[in-house]
Amino acid sequence: MKIAVCVKQVPDSWAEKKMNGGVLDRQGIDAVLNDLDEYAVEEALRIAEAHGGNGEGGANSVTVISMGPERTGDAVRKALSMGADGAIIVTDAALAGSDALATSKVLAKVIEGGNFDLVLCGTESTDARMSVVPAMIAQRLAWAQLTFAGSVVVDAGSVTITRVTEAGVDTIKAQFPAVISVVEKINEPRYPSFKGIMAAKKKPVDIKDLASLGIDAAQVGTPGAWSVVVDATPRPPKAAGIKIVDDGNGGKALVDFLVEKKLI
Amino acid sequence: MSEVFVLAQFVGEKIAKTTAELATCGARIGDVTAIVLAAPGKGSALAAQITHGKIAKVLIIESADFDHFGVSASAAALAHVVSEQKPAALLITSSAFGKELAGCVAVLTDSGLITDAVDVSSEIVATQIVFGGSTTVHSRVCHGSAIITLRPNSVTSDSAKSSPEIITVPVAIPDAAKRAKVISSQPPIAEGRPELTEAQIIVSGGRGTNGDFSAVETFADLLGAAVGASRAATDAGWYPHSHQVGQTGKTVSPQLYVACGISGAIQHRAGMQTSKTIVVINKDPEAPIFELADFGVVGDLFSVLPQASEGVKAHKS
Repeated sequence: MKIAVCVKQVPDSWAEKKMNGGVLDRQGIDAVLNDLDEYAVEEALRIAEAHGGNGEGGANSVTVISMGPERTGDAVRKALSMGADGAIIVTDAALAGSDALATSKVLAKVIEGGNFDLVLCGTESTDARMSVVPAMIAQRLAWAQLTFAGSVVVDAGSVTITRVTEAGVDTIKAQFPAVISVVEKINEPRYPSFKGIMAAKKKPVDIKDLASLGIDAAQVGTPGAWSVVVDATPRPPKAAGIKIVDDGNGGKALVDFLVEKKLI
Repeated sequence: MSEVFVLAQFVGEKIAKTTAELATCGARIGDVTAIVLAAPGKGSALAAQITHGKIAKVLIIESADFDHFGVSASAAALAHVVSEQKPAALLITSSAFGKELAGCVAVLTDSGLITDAVDVSSEIVATQIVFGGSTTVHSRVCHGSAIITLRPNSVTSDSAKSSPEIITVPVAIPDAAKRAKVISSQPPIAEGRPELTEAQIIVSGGRGTNGDFSAVETFADLLGAAVGASRAATDAGWYPHSHQVGQTGKTVSPQLYVACGISGAIQHRAGMQTSKTIVVINKDPEAPIFELADFGVVGDLFSVLPQASEGVKAHKS
């Protein structure tokens, strides 16, 4: 099996984020591997390990795919340290300001060229939080879309997932190739071992630009984005609320607050 | 006048109130057509429930494939009518399903996409609150039909009643949309409380409940509230996953959110921080959830909640 995992480098969840000229200002914020993508990397490794392993002598390969600025390599390095075999990074100045449509276009193009059986993704990135790129990739490739997976079972060219959403739990089955997104409850991602970190430094990382993928720069980035930001304004910080320590009348004070605010 | 599509949403076979919210935004832009995706023979009964909001037309598309092939089949049908009629906008309720659907339709119709809007203006400018509630963004689509998902409970539905014209259109679902087959479906278990994303009041429990949600449920029932849970509580099996509030759970913004024994991990906060009023009960005075609280009680939920329940009863009588 050839498995790809799409990952994104995002600003640290805990960092303060600002907009600059309609796009997220990524300068000066610690950039990390999107933590929801770690579950996808882990699941890809588990699928490979359950079916003959990956790496040297293994029957399968796990390739990390990422699009972003040059330092995206840091996030990819973490996925390689966890055990992925190699990576493809798409980086190009013209990609800045890309919307989800453009992102899915680029990732789909890379996937098309890789002869993959399965593509795994996290359910969303912690910065944009749109939760649409996995579905868009499947749509562009006309592959089976198996999203919000709480479990994944691979069996001889087919894959069955349980889709876990607010609408309930569905069991969905498809033949290869398929795009799978996994929810965070699916597994507990491994920590990279020292050996894994050392090995990652020697793993192949293929860096591509738009020209090498045959994508017209006008279709991506800010010029190719089909939604535009009109304005972005910081919201005033929430005024500090009332905080009391329960002295035996905390419940009463709480009800008084609700009554005063006309909430009950 | 321009035309706007809204995707009617149903819980089981009952109309969801988010449909009227979509119609309210849609009517600002133009004439609203509500789209009903239904199993064969079910369309008219669903369409007949569309009476709230300014809705001019209902378009029923019936296919057994919607239940069998999930998002892809629904996206193919929607994309078909969007490509044919080129509405100014297509409004869909934000949910896991709704956002994926919007994404697929955007790809199929070459249209721009905005997700998780909290408002949409007559000029089709969408308002989003991003980065953990720290920034308000206005944006608009500049190519194709504006495909926008709207968060439930974000706009107040207008009280207009309508008796729309009902039309059924045949749409064939292409094989490319039938690659993932739904083998079985289990809807969330209904327990007589309001649906989380639609509720005006939510009382949520976390690790601090130690698995005992009785005090949370009692308080919720007195307020007519929905019950939510943090990931810690659903992972521990204390409460069903369908009640999880937060990243990968539900995003809610009720009038009142009461967080009981929830520390406020960023994943949880992401799902509830746009709630209008936030009340917190937690034993740990340092819990990050207090940063969001309009009213916080540092104390044991098992003594604070029962007392508050008594207080609510007394207030009502």
